[in-house]
Amino acid sequence: MIYTDKVMDHFTNPRNVGELENANAVGEVGNARCGDIMKIYMTIENDVIEDIRFKTFGCGAAIATSSVATELVKGKTIEEALKITNKAVVEQLGGLPKEKLHCSVLAEEAIQAAILDYCEKNGKEIPEALSGCGGCCGGCSHNHIAHE
Amino acid sequence: MEQKDIIYLDHAATTPVKPAVLEKMLPWFSQNYGNPSSTIYGLGRTTHEAVEGARETVAGCLGAKKEEIFFTGCGTEADNWAIRGCAYANRKKGSHIITTAMEHHAVLHTCMQLEKEGFSVTYLKPDAEGLIQPKAVEQAIRPDTVLITVMFANNEIGTIQPIAEIGKIARTHGILFHTDAVQAVGSVPVEVESLQVDMLSLSAHKFYGPKGVGALYVRKGIRPDIFMQGGAQERGRRGGTENIAGIVGLATALELACKNMDETMKCIAEKRDYLIERVLESIPYSRLNGHRTKRLPGNANFSFQYIEGESLLIWLDLNGIAASSGSACTSGSLDPSHVLLSIGLPHEIAHGSLRLTLGEETTKEQLDYVVEKLTNTVEKLRQMSPLYEAVQKG
Repeated sequence: MIYTDKVMDHFTNPRNVGELENANAVGEVGNARCGDIMKIYMTIENDVIEDIRFKTFGCGAAIATSSVATELVKGKTIEEALKITNKAVVEQLGGLPKEKLHCSVLAEEAIQAAILDYCEKNGKEIPEALSGCGGCCGGCSHNHIAHE
Repeated sequence: MEQKDIIYLDHAATTPVKPAVLEKMLPWFSQNYGNPSSTIYGLGRTTHEAVEGARETVAGCLGAKKEEIFFTGCGTEADNWAIRGCAYANRKKGSHIITTAMEHHAVLHTCMQLEKEGFSVTYLKPDAEGLIQPKAVEQAIRPDTVLITVMFANNEIGTIQPIAEIGKIARTHGILFHTDAVQAVGSVPVEVESLQVDMLSLSAHKFYGPKGVGALYVRKGIRPDIFMQGGAQERGRRGGTENIAGIVGLATALELACKNMDETMKCIAEKRDYLIERVLESIPYSRLNGHRTKRLPGNANFSFQYIEGESLLIWLDLNGIAASSGSACTSGSLDPSHVLLSIGLPHEIAHGSLRLTLGEETTKEQLDYVVEKLTNTVEKLRQMSPLYEAVQKG
């Protein structure tokens, strides 16, 4: 497994790692069976992601993509944050090995899951982008990455 | 980090070639380069004698006869040859093969291929400690069973199977018995007569010999179909010009390994036990995979709950420690190690596995350093694991 320097940087010095006690948006995707779980905590005020933290169970790429994703969305409105795709996460890391691309999808979906939680808790209209996938770890039947 | 500073704990993957082995190999590249088949002239006779001398040495180490040893390109080739060769040669007698769910892929994938070709295969599951019960082997025997293949020692969790008991069962029932002994030969005593094996695979680079050379022991009178068609090398049963330096290296390394085996085994097993005790007492939510004592002297395989193996390996590498894991992320597939799953570990615990395999040069000081780094790294990864958070909050 050969990772870029940027992946290694985010893996060894993950940004925004931990929990937020006063989080008003929490999203968790993936499952232990597949070996990847990402949990994102946000404090959102006036639809702006003021603060963000993550916890991840997973490989080097899972930790690095979580870290980058939190950097990409911090300070953004939820509308802007929902436009950030896994592709942006991969670009920011200078690329990922092919078999690790699902980690970037998981990061995108963790962000979405947290925003969905915020919208539901606050009675906001659910943005169209949030259409139902519970987390793409690539290994389970409910996911949309081809497997087996 | 300088290569010399690396703490190498992946001896089950491969070992360094010992200087004494390399020294014996060197004359067989540029100096004595004759083709061993060209015995009409001196250059060829010299290499021919070298190959035959090596064969005698290997046979001696295994308690076999010289003409029962066939050199191959690697352990995988030896496994392929033994299994496919026996399956094809006995097709008229039957088409059932018994093996285990924890075999190396060289055996497992060969058996799966044979299934596609119309053979039927029983994959015996080991118990929770990674052992195959001889009784289960006996119960799996059918009238059309033509081959039993059970690995001597597992490459991941190091468990040593009751090969002699299985050999006795196979012999009683008149069924051919092959064992993949790639992890065992050079580490523990392997003696073909008392084990009652008919075929046995080995690989030089697992016991401080070179890569790219292995051997298959084939008991006299057994004729698996030819796997590598070609010239008259290996008594017409394995074509291809001999890897003379490799063969000399294999024999030299095996001879060295067998010479001090009891002492080396004891010394490595002591360090392994020290490592196991220290890891289990230093790190909560950890477990040893595989039987506590019926395992290779150098093998320790752990699972650490709530973390994933690849992350652990990267941190160990950053600290100059080379190790291996059965996590899916290191295998390039979605599932964790088939061996860990076969002993009944749930996926999430198999993902958090770590294999540390010690060698002759491993020191206690190195192990202390490893335990320290490992303890810190597991804690660091747990602190960022949502699974651990859930456990701590109850």
